[in-house]
Amino acid sequence: MSEELYKEMAQSIIDGDSDIAIELAKRSIELNMHPLETITKGFVIGVNYIGDQFGLGEAFLPELVMAGEAMKAAVAVLEPELLKLGEAREMLGKVVLATVEGDIHEIGKTLVGTMLSASGFEVVDLGVDQPSEKIIGKALEINADIIGMSALLTTTMVRQREVIEELDKEGLRPRIKVMVGGAPITRDWVTKIKADGYSEDAIGAVKIAKDLVGKGDQ
Amino acid sequence: MQPKLTLLSDEIIARILSEAYELLIKPGIKVQNAGARELLAAAGATIDSKTDVAQIPASLVHKALETVPRDFYLYDYDGNPSVHYGGDNVHFDPGSSGITMLNPETLEHDTTETEHLIRLLKVAEQLPQYDAQSTAVICHDVPKEIQDSYRLYLVLLHSKKPIVTGAFTNKTVQEMIDMLSVFAGSAQAASEKPRAIFDVCPAPPLIWSNFGAGNLIALARAGVPAEIVSVPLSGAAAPVTMLGTVTQHTAECFAGIVIHQLAKAGSPIVWGGAAAIFDMRKGATPMGAVETAMLDCSYAQVAKTLNMPTHTYLGATDSKLVDAQAGLESGISAMVGALSGINMISGSGMLDFLACHSAEKLVLDAEGIAMAKRMIGGVKLHTDTLATGFYDDKINFKGGDFLKQKATMQLFREEQHLPSSVIDRDSTRAWKAAGSLDAFGRCKIRVTELLASYKRPEIDPAQERRLYAFMLDLTKKTGVDILPLLEHYQP
Repeated sequence: MSEELYKEMAQSIIDGDSDIAIELAKRSIELNMHPLETITKGFVIGVNYIGDQFGLGEAFLPELVMAGEAMKAAVAVLEPELLKLGEAREMLGKVVLATVEGDIHEIGKTLVGTMLSASGFEVVDLGVDQPSEKIIGKALEINADIIGMSALLTTTMVRQREVIEELDKEGLRPRIKVMVGGAPITRDWVTKIKADGYSEDAIGAVKIAKDLVGKGDQ
Repeated sequence: MQPKLTLLSDEIIARILSEAYELLIKPGIKVQNAGARELLAAAGATIDSKTDVAQIPASLVHKALETVPRDFYLYDYDGNPSVHYGGDNVHFDPGSSGITMLNPETLEHDTTETEHLIRLLKVAEQLPQYDAQSTAVICHDVPKEIQDSYRLYLVLLHSKKPIVTGAFTNKTVQEMIDMLSVFAGSAQAASEKPRAIFDVCPAPPLIWSNFGAGNLIALARAGVPAEIVSVPLSGAAAPVTMLGTVTQHTAECFAGIVIHQLAKAGSPIVWGGAAAIFDMRKGATPMGAVETAMLDCSYAQVAKTLNMPTHTYLGATDSKLVDAQAGLESGISAMVGALSGINMISGSGMLDFLACHSAEKLVLDAEGIAMAKRMIGGVKLHTDTLATGFYDDKINFKGGDFLKQKATMQLFREEQHLPSSVIDRDSTRAWKAAGSLDAFGRCKIRVTELLASYKRPEIDPAQERRLYAFMLDLTKKTGVDILPLLEHYQP
């Protein structure tokens, strides 16, 4: 019975259908299914599948984003149940995301946020045009494991280095890891500014983030 | 609304038709086939017995245009109508009868043999952009007498798609018609659901050769579709002006259709060609020239005023390599052909004035064809409101807002053509990570993938046995016991 339902849950994520995902989440509560198992055995399977398909070039950005949105919707239904049980979903880690100061591009960063949270990270997305002190301040406030920074311009990507230098100065690394992304970012740049990781796309970012928090196998 | 490209005014088309009728009388059409002359004479044309020149009155053309089918289908192996000749339907097939093939490693133009044709068939079979296969190259490893029928045999074994083909002699056209009948089970079955169409060429200027006219008659009587491939060369074998060339093309098509319909009224025939300008520096016939595309667009427009199905040769290049020239000439001319609403556009995969074929170019051209087909798909109305419906209460004034909409997921595939890996849209770093390949390099990889994923279609063993026996019989008549690979396919 629950096997059948898990399959439907995964499918609702693959179809990017938030309405059905919410409906299935509610039904699992009525059936007294454990919310954590519902997430890990049902919905997460769908996210992983669509992520793999994207990596293979078989799925496309709208499908990825819709899957992420459906996942968020399902988890929002299940989280209060977890709290009632006195449990919390074990998150893979906490991430602060931002587009650096002077830069207002954020489609890629938002995608990374969607996929990270769909994959089990707690994500705080600060938005665009964020100065280093705000990014670091938020990371300290929530005790973040990772800071992720985006920059689309060669003129603004230097801000990524500023944040890293600031973290080093405060002795906050390696406790806080740094991921960077954006069109002008090259591997050379990543090495030069001593960032901990970067990725070509949102699916790659999930893998990097998992590696950085030592949960590459999940 | 399918976007259309037209180059001629109604007034000019009327003058083209009028002068074409004049050309049929003066200087007339040289008809070098006795059977065709007899048909024409019996129908009222005047024949000069010394010169074999026929004067064909307009009334014969009018009568032929009344009986010729306005549209018809070619069928795939499973009997589905999959190529629709008529109206503004657009289809593409690989070019025909290449004599060399680009070797992707040495970049030499190798003389073509059986293995080359099979390589092209395997690639084209898996590319949906190609609506039909063609007998793409000549197999120089079999005796001359069976080179045309053997190509058809190989296509029938390796493909389910309709076939654009052609014969080299009057004897072999009958053998190929018979081969199609044997494969289909009967002559009636082969003509009721035709699998193949035969290109038939007049010789410019204004000549229907013994072989060309003979083919027209044989095909008409068998009810197997024929495709006129008139090849006027502006400035050499046709007037230097485009309008003069198109008028000569019209007269050649008129004469062909008259002979064909006199042989059997109601048989399907297509208004086609491989017109080109004549290059005045090199004496070549450039298929990638923009004027060549303009000639084709123009004669197709003439055909459409007569409600005739259409064909042309575009999507080819004169370059010797799959390079930038190949991409631009093939892409631009494929686009012109599609925008002209031409029913069958042959030529993809071909380099070097239609002499050389390339599997790598086939996969590149498939992308150009996909773009051309997307173009003629037009700008569509998908939603009740154009834009306002997209701005619901979830809009956050962020760049990614529309990625989260159901409509995006439902409609992006219809709105956007998703190219294969041949088209590079990677970031610079991803492109570098993949080996910094140019288009030719990516094409080579794609060809390797397609060759690996190809599976020969399942064909009824009884049919395959009949086909094999028929081909073996033709082969033995040439004094050769076996063909390359023939034993390999022995059922």
